[in-house]
Amino acid sequence: MRSDQDELRAPLARVRGLGSAREGTEHYIAQRLTAVALIPLMIWFVFSLVTVAGADYATVKAWLQQPVNAVLLIALLMAVFHHAHLGMRVVIEDYVDNEFYKVTLVTFTKFLSYIFGIATVLAVVRIFVQGG
Amino acid sequence: MAVHKRPLSPHLQIYKMPLTAGVMSITHRITGVALAVGTLVLTYWLLSIGLGEEAYKSAQSLLGSFIGLVLLFGWTLALFYHLFNGIRHLFWDAGKGFDIKAARSSGMMVLAAAGIVTVLVWIVALAMKGGA
Repeated sequence: MRSDQDELRAPLARVRGLGSAREGTEHYIAQRLTAVALIPLMIWFVFSLVTVAGADYATVKAWLQQPVNAVLLIALLMAVFHHAHLGMRVVIEDYVDNEFYKVTLVTFTKFLSYIFGIATVLAVVRIFVQGG
Repeated sequence: MAVHKRPLSPHLQIYKMPLTAGVMSITHRITGVALAVGTLVLTYWLLSIGLGEEAYKSAQSLLGSFIGLVLLFGWTLALFYHLFNGIRHLFWDAGKGFDIKAARSSGMMVLAAAGIVTVLVWIVALAMKGGA
């Protein structure tokens, strides 16, 4: 028998509770799918921001009331907040050693990104329904 | 954790990190976290539009202040760095561009593209703002 220290694979007792969360592949795919979606969406968004930079309220409102803009902006917000919390999770898991802080921070960023996602989408919808 | 007698690779600080490898890799993470924090500003701006003209005006004067503009410039640079380097990562995920020469040239392309696009966006944005 090889000694424990030479073992490449940890014994079951050591990995119990620290093993697969069964979500690794899903996380990987979602991170990349949202990344692909965000490439055109972010390019569109920056160019839109350039056109409304420093504009008055009526101009920004009129821009948001265009159906295409409202749809693309909501799509961008959903992709951004999903992509952000997936990325933050990886960073937190890599650098925060303490299990309690790790789980707390991951949960906190996830909740926060959902709340901000809902609030921003609601703001876009609110402006949109004011349009004629 | 148990003490292991496994061989350790030289520590991170021993290596001279090549710009297009180690430095750009950690910068992708740093810009990712910065952009996640930046979504707070995006949220603030969109909620101010949703709340009405008064809120929007105060948000505009905050974002249009010197510190606001510096932060927005940093946001643009971080965004385009993360976007272009993210495309580089997607190619790697597809198994392409792994040899040292390709990785180095794609790294230089990312740095150049992020810098040039950021400056161009700001030239156009400031010119349009001045003209409007």
